[in-house]
Amino acid sequence: MSFLEVNNLNVEFNTADGIVRAVNNVSFSLEEGKILAIVGESGSGKSQTVFAMMGLLDQNGRATGSVKFEDQEILNLSISELNLIRSEKIAMIFQDPMTSLNPYMKVSEQMAEVLIHHKGLSKTEAIKQSISMLDAVQIPEARNLIRMYPHEFSGGMRQRVMIAMSLLCNPKLLIADEPTTALDVTVQAQIMHLLSDIQREFGTSIILITHDLGVVAGNSDKTLVMYGGQVMEIAKTELIYERPTHPYTQGLISAVPRLDDSTDKLKTIQGNPPDAMLDPVGCPFSPRCKFSKDICSTQAPELLEVGESNHFRACHVAFEELL
Amino acid sequence: MLNYIIKRIGIAIPTLLILIAVTFYLMHAAPGGPFTSEKPLPPQVLANIEAKYGLDQPIWRQMTTYLWGILTEFDFGPSYKYHSRTVNEIIGQGFPITLKYGFWSFVVAIGVGISLGAIAAIRKNTWVDYFAVGISIGAQVLPNFVMAPLLIIVFTLWLGWLPGGGWHGGDWEYLVMPVIALSTSYMASIARITRSSMLEVLNANYIRTARAKGLPTKTIFFRHVFKPSLLPVISYLGPAFVGLITGSVLIDIFFSTGGMGYFFVNAAFNRDYAVMMGITILVGALTILFSLIVDLLYAWIDPKIRY
Amino acid sequence: MIVANKNKIISMAKNLSEDKTTSGRSLWADARTRFIRNKAAITSLFILALIVLFSFVGPYFAVWTYEQIDWNTMGSAATLGMPSIETGHYFGTDDLGRDIYSRVIQGTQISLMVGVVGATIAVVVGTLYGATSGYIGGRTDQIMMRIVDILMAIPFMFVLILLLVVFGRSIVMLFVGIGLLSWLDMSRIVRGQTLNLKNKEFIEAAKATGVSDYKIIMRHIVPNLLGIVAVYATLLVPGIIIAESFISFLGLGVQEPKTSWGALISEGAGTINYDTEWQLLFPLAFFIVTLFCIYFIGDGLRDALDPKER
Repeated sequence: MSFLEVNNLNVEFNTADGIVRAVNNVSFSLEEGKILAIVGESGSGKSQTVFAMMGLLDQNGRATGSVKFEDQEILNLSISELNLIRSEKIAMIFQDPMTSLNPYMKVSEQMAEVLIHHKGLSKTEAIKQSISMLDAVQIPEARNLIRMYPHEFSGGMRQRVMIAMSLLCNPKLLIADEPTTALDVTVQAQIMHLLSDIQREFGTSIILITHDLGVVAGNSDKTLVMYGGQVMEIAKTELIYERPTHPYTQGLISAVPRLDDSTDKLKTIQGNPPDAMLDPVGCPFSPRCKFSKDICSTQAPELLEVGESNHFRACHVAFEELL
Repeated sequence: MLNYIIKRIGIAIPTLLILIAVTFYLMHAAPGGPFTSEKPLPPQVLANIEAKYGLDQPIWRQMTTYLWGILTEFDFGPSYKYHSRTVNEIIGQGFPITLKYGFWSFVVAIGVGISLGAIAAIRKNTWVDYFAVGISIGAQVLPNFVMAPLLIIVFTLWLGWLPGGGWHGGDWEYLVMPVIALSTSYMASIARITRSSMLEVLNANYIRTARAKGLPTKTIFFRHVFKPSLLPVISYLGPAFVGLITGSVLIDIFFSTGGMGYFFVNAAFNRDYAVMMGITILVGALTILFSLIVDLLYAWIDPKIRY
Repeated sequence: MIVANKNKIISMAKNLSEDKTTSGRSLWADARTRFIRNKAAITSLFILALIVLFSFVGPYFAVWTYEQIDWNTMGSAATLGMPSIETGHYFGTDDLGRDIYSRVIQGTQISLMVGVVGATIAVVVGTLYGATSGYIGGRTDQIMMRIVDILMAIPFMFVLILLLVVFGRSIVMLFVGIGLLSWLDMSRIVRGQTLNLKNKEFIEAAKATGVSDYKIIMRHIVPNLLGIVAVYATLLVPGIIIAESFISFLGLGVQEPKTSWGALISEGAGTINYDTEWQLLFPLAFFIVTLFCIYFIGDGLRDALDPKER
């Protein structure tokens, strides 16, 4: 039995200016208890991929393909069916903890309602359990703080509240959508530690979405690189770092600033992300790719295994040419 | 909270005093006193009358007497026109009527407006939404003085269902048209405000969180969407209140309901300053009181308001 | 090393500005495109233009002036004063035998003028007050806004009627009065926007790179205020027209023989029992259509200038 299988996932949005294709034929899988990082720049479709899985697309969005969670098809389930999975099996935390928590409700109310609804607890019991969960994510004086409103917390504390709230029903999979982007660097590290602690202690699988390769390095088992709504490369995280086989991944890695780098010029990938309005012909990265060939702009590369050990890449250019 | 209330009252009192002072000075800046009529009175008679109303006193003296009367005995003095009646009697006669249809207009505007706006937001881009938006756009160009004659044409002249005016103790058939005429444009505005604020809330990140938490749609709506959506509506209640009370003037004239507005316009034509001033001050006090209530309500819903 | 090297930053900025793969359109060009694409707004603009044109050209086609009395129809408007081409009363006559066509034109001129003059006064006062308050900030801002709060709590229609009674009913008084009572919302909006702009990163960036205050105001603050002022000025006009009509409906506004939509609607409404519905319907139609148009134009402007609201 596979834990999570995503096959040929497509997401489209119907907008006033036409159809926007946010996600194109994305496939990946995740084993239980592992951490998968999805990396890409803004607009690469990484968030929409997981929103589609959870049935959280905006009203004008449409998803096709297949998402199997513990062998059950969960894509495009009805809301009542989805609600048996959300929180209980798959929980989610979001990028901006300030706006993702309801500013008009006390933290206690927002946490307790999850347990009241999913576990049928009484309110006092639900609040009691919420407090111990806040303790577990190292919020000091949780007993008092739980009576406060989100705006009375600091950014990092808010994200801890978010995480505690998502863990209330002990989900098997936790999806973290850029959990550290809105936070200070020092706080980022703490939150990442917390997430890996959770994975170790509760055996929770995690999908970690980020645009920051630095976050990925020590914190994931597998990395999926997305660009223009498509999978560019997917492999064990060490392999992605040590032997990136896709020009885009290579560009991303060399764009991470390093202290031991003596040049004073920031490395960038030239050009801008593609316009999702246009129907993708060929490889979405080809206009910015320095290895680009004729075929790249006419025919989309398939996601193929390179050599050994579940390392997949979508590129027309032979691996050897990239070195 | 208490501090906040005290602070708000601290603003309310000077506001009221300014209103009283301004109206009072306006009255006395008027060219010609209230008793200069077409037939000039003999000087002796005029002096007598002015003495009776205290108009021979210096103006600050008149004002403090007037203020003192209001504060201690809630007494707005005698009418300048109907010599046997006091302003209090006139207000006492008109106010309950205004209060009755005004209250119902407010209830209809808020109740129907919020429901219509909420349904439109939830069923965005369906025929319900287009219908609600259509009504609320249409009603914007149908202020009370347009609604009133249209209602009479339809319900009195064509259908013959409702009497064209009068009050009769406020029986429902005399209440329906004044309430509809008065409330329609505010109902429409409230519907518009509710719709757009609810759409914004529905798009908020915390609603996505609530969905991700696996809460049923109904729970999400009533626990997470409803309250924040009402905040802009609450801020609009102050202006709506002013609008309704202003509109009541027209309702009283057009439907002959005999509320305060009737006496106000009558006084305006008769230059009965005492009545005009009394009603203006009463309305001002009510408005200020109401905006205080609205502010407290807002602060109660929005935890980010610091008292 | 993150030590800023001036030349490096300049060259980076140059790279950024030369990178024109997604070419930026100016705010105004963008807004114009969006406005033109808005069919309701464009249609409304066209109809409104026709109405304005009509109020200027209309009198040349009139057989009767607005104060002339047709003694033939006087007193028997229901039978003889019906709208007809032959008698020259295209829109019929009122009970006094006056020509509704000419009176509607007269009313349209007055009502539109009230809207424009009132809105102009409100915009000038409100913008100056709001921008001053927002730009100075601090205590001055607090006091100025407190004053607005206080004024907002005053039922202005009553005070205005009081003013009209005390100082006599004149058009000037009416125009100025309404204008002076409508600036409060405007001042709040402008103040909020100014405050907002003052703290925006691009203003700070401009300051930090040594752009002069004058240039900041002209290039960043003014264009950003202009949009919102234009939108709210447009949305202010219907409110002002309604306020004037309200007062005239009560008989306290524009005085005979001059007239306005409110006065005409009032007259028409007073005679609905006598089968002379044209006395109500013609002025009403002009009133409603014009207000509709202005609202649609205002909404179109807002959508065009404030894409966030879409």
